[in-house]
Amino acid sequence: MNYKIRKIIPQLATLLFIILVFGFFTINAQMNMANRGIDFGYGFLTQESSFDVQFSLIEYDGSHSYARAYLVGLLNTLLVSFIGIIFSTIIGVIVGIARLSPNYLIEKTAAVYVEFFRNIPLLLQIFFWYFAALRALPLPEKTEPFFGVFFLTIKGLYMPAFIWNNLDIFLYSIIASIISIISIRIYAKSLREKKGKQIPVFTTSLSILILLPLLTFLVGGVTLDFEIPVLKQLAKTAFIYDGGVSIPPELIALTLALSLYTATFIAECVRAGIQGVSKGQKEAAASIGLTTNQILKLVIMPQALRIIIPPTTNQYLNLTKNSSLAAAIAYPDLVLVFAGTAMMQTGRAIEIVSITMLTYLSISLSISVLMNWYNKKIAIKEK
Amino acid sequence: MDKINFLKPDKNNIYVYLYLGVFLFFVSIADVSFNSFFGVNATAFLPDSISFFLPLILGVMGLHLIRIEYSGIQNLDLINKKINTNTFNAFLTMIIIFIIIKATPPALSWFIFDANISGDSKDACTGSGACWTYIKVWFNRFMYGMYPNEYQWRINVSFIFLIALAFVGYFSGERLKKYLTLYYVIIYPIIAYVLIYFLISGGSFGLNWVETGAWGGLSLTFIVSFFCLIFCFPIGMMLALGRRSSLPTVRYCSIGFIEFWRGVPLITVLFMSSVMFPMFLPDGFFLDKLVRVIIAISLFEAAYVAEVIRGGLQALPRGQYDAAKSLGMGYWKMHIFVILPQALKLVIPGIANTFLALVKDTPLIFVVGLLEIAGMLGLAKTNPKWLGFAMEGYVFASIIFFIICYSMSKYSYNLEAKYKTER
Repeated sequence: MNYKIRKIIPQLATLLFIILVFGFFTINAQMNMANRGIDFGYGFLTQESSFDVQFSLIEYDGSHSYARAYLVGLLNTLLVSFIGIIFSTIIGVIVGIARLSPNYLIEKTAAVYVEFFRNIPLLLQIFFWYFAALRALPLPEKTEPFFGVFFLTIKGLYMPAFIWNNLDIFLYSIIASIISIISIRIYAKSLREKKGKQIPVFTTSLSILILLPLLTFLVGGVTLDFEIPVLKQLAKTAFIYDGGVSIPPELIALTLALSLYTATFIAECVRAGIQGVSKGQKEAAASIGLTTNQILKLVIMPQALRIIIPPTTNQYLNLTKNSSLAAAIAYPDLVLVFAGTAMMQTGRAIEIVSITMLTYLSISLSISVLMNWYNKKIAIKEK
Repeated sequence: MDKINFLKPDKNNIYVYLYLGVFLFFVSIADVSFNSFFGVNATAFLPDSISFFLPLILGVMGLHLIRIEYSGIQNLDLINKKINTNTFNAFLTMIIIFIIIKATPPALSWFIFDANISGDSKDACTGSGACWTYIKVWFNRFMYGMYPNEYQWRINVSFIFLIALAFVGYFSGERLKKYLTLYYVIIYPIIAYVLIYFLISGGSFGLNWVETGAWGGLSLTFIVSFFCLIFCFPIGMMLALGRRSSLPTVRYCSIGFIEFWRGVPLITVLFMSSVMFPMFLPDGFFLDKLVRVIIAISLFEAAYVAEVIRGGLQALPRGQYDAAKSLGMGYWKMHIFVILPQALKLVIPGIANTFLALVKDTPLIFVVGLLEIAGMLGLAKTNPKWLGFAMEGYVFASIIFFIICYSMSKYSYNLEAKYKTER
C-alpha cells in the first residue's frame, strides 16, 4: 500500500503541475485576446496575403493566400537544406578522411579547418559571407565569366538554364537504369553469399548509368540546349543579367555558411566512424586474402557506416533547423516569410508561431522515427 | 657505382638522388615564392599552362627522388613517412605548401602591413589593408553595447568580482570542500544575480538605472551564456532523470518536453518568447526582454543537456544501481551519491559541447532586439560614417569567439583527463 502511494503521488504532482501551468497560460491568453479583440483561428490562411516574396520556387505573388506563402517559405527552407546537406556531406567526408591521412600536412590542414569553422558561431559566418565576402564581388558589368557561362556577381550567381526536349524519356531512362542497377546489386549480393562469386558490380552499374541515358540522346530524340545569361542594360549604370538561372546572394551565403559549418561536424563523425572499426577487422580481412578495395568495401565501410550514419543524420537535422537563421540575411525561408512578414501583417502570433514550430517539429520527429527504425535494422544481432 | 635509375631511387646512390631531389624541390618552392612575394614570374618565357604547372611537376619529381626506403638517415625517413609516402601524397603536400606560400603575402599585408590603426575617423584608413581604426573607435560599443560610457566601470567591476568568486573552489580548505557544490549550484548564482541586478542594472544605492535594452556587446554574450549555463544544467539533469524514471507520467512528460525543444530551431523559440509569450502572461504583468530570452535559451539547451546526461546514465552498468539499492539507499540518495557523480564524469565532453553550442547560439538574441557583439557589428556597419568595414568587424568578432570557444573546448579536454577513472 505504502509502495503504491509512493508511486502515485509524484505522478499526480507532475500532472497537476502541468495542468496548472497550461491552464494558467490558456486562461491568460484567452483574457488577453478578449481584451484586444482578437479571435483565435486558422481562417486567415485562406485570405489574400498581399505581400511579395523575392525568391520563390513556385508561382507566387501578393494575390495568393497565406497558405501559399507558407508553402513558398517551406519550399525555400527545404531547398537550402537540401543543397546544404549535399555540400556538407561532400566536404565532410573528404575532410574526415583527410584527418586520418598519414600525410602530416593534410591531417593538420583538415584539423585547422575543423577547429576554426566549428568554433565560430554560425550566424557570424553567415553574416561574414553575406555582408563581407559576397559584397566584395564585382558588379554585373565588370564581372569575368567562369568557363564563359557562369557569372558570379554582387547580385548573385547567373548560370545557364537547361532547355530540354522530350525530358520525360530521359527521366524514364534514368529511372530504368537505377532499377536495373539495384537488381544487379541484389543479384550480385545473393551470388556472393551463396556461391562466393564476385562480379564487377561497380563498373557494370556505372556503365549502365552512363550508357542508358546517353542512348536516349542518340536514339530517343532527347536534346539539351543551354540558355546563357546575357548582360542587359536597364539604366545608365544599372546592369543585369537576363535569362538563365539566377541564384540570389542570400542563398549562396547561406549555403556556404551552412555547409562549411556542418561539414566540420560531419567530418568528425566520419573520422570517429572509421576509427571505430577495430584494426583486427582489417587484419583479419587481409589474412583471408581480400584485396585492399574489397577490405574497404566489404569489411570496413559496412561497419563504419553503422557508426557514422546516426550522428550524421543528427547533423542533417541540425542543418535544417539552422537554416532558419536565413531570416537574419533576408533569405525568404519559412521563418522569414511566415513567422516574419505574415505575422507582422496578420498579428496572429499564437497561430503562426505554433504552425512554424509544428512544421519543424514534424520534420525532426519523422526523421528521428526513420532513424530509429534504421538503427534497429542495422544493429548487430548478437547471440 | 651502380646504374642510376631515376624511376626507382634506391639506397646505393643515395646522395645523387638526394641532392637532385632537394634541388628540384627547392627550385619549385623558390619559383612560387618569387611569384608570390615579389610578383616575378621566373618562368614567364614558357607557355602559360606549362609555367603554371611547372613548380608542381618539379616538386613532385623532387619528392619522388628523395623517397628512398630505409635510407639510414633518420630525418629523411621521418620526412618520407610524414609527408611523402607515395606520389599522390607528394602531390597533395606540394599543393598545400604552394597554397600556404601563395596565401601568406596577401593575408599579412591585409592584417598588418597595409592596415591602419591610427586616427579616429574613416579618413585615417588610407591603406589597402584592414582598417583597425574602425575596431578601435567602436571597441567600447562592441564590448558594452549601448551601455553609457561613464558607467562602464560597473560592468568591469562586477565581472572581475564574479571571476574572482569563481576561483573560490581552488583556494578553499579541505574542511570546506564538501560545501563547494552547494556554493557553485546555489550561492554563486545568487551572488551573480544580485551583483548584476544592483551594479549593472542599477536603480538603487545612488546608481543610475540602465535599462536592459542598452546592454549589449560581448558583455551581454557573457551575461546571457552565464545564466543560461547555470539554469540549463539542473533542469537538464531533472529531465534526464525523469526520462529514465519508472513512473509513466513523469517519463512521458519528460520525453514530450525534451523532444519538443529538440525538434524546433532556437530562432522560433526566441520568436515565441518575444511575441507569443507575453500573450500567456496576466494583463499588466511584465517580464523583461532579457529575462524572457534567458528562460527561453535555458529551456532549449536543457533538453540537449538532458539527452547528454541520459547517455551517461545509460552507460553505467546495472551493478551500480543494484549495489546502491542493496545498501538501502533511496532513489534520491542513490542518484546523488552514486549514480550522478559517475554518470556526469562520463559525459563531460558532451556537456562541454552543449555549453559551446549555447555560447555560439547567443548571437541569435538579435531576433528580440538585444544586440550582443554580432548585433552591434550589424549596427556599426550601417553607420553612415563607417560604411564598408564589414570585413574587419566580422574578422574581429570571429577571432574573439574562436578564442572563447577554442579555450573552452581545450579546457573540457583537460577536465576529461583529470576526472578519468580506470574502470
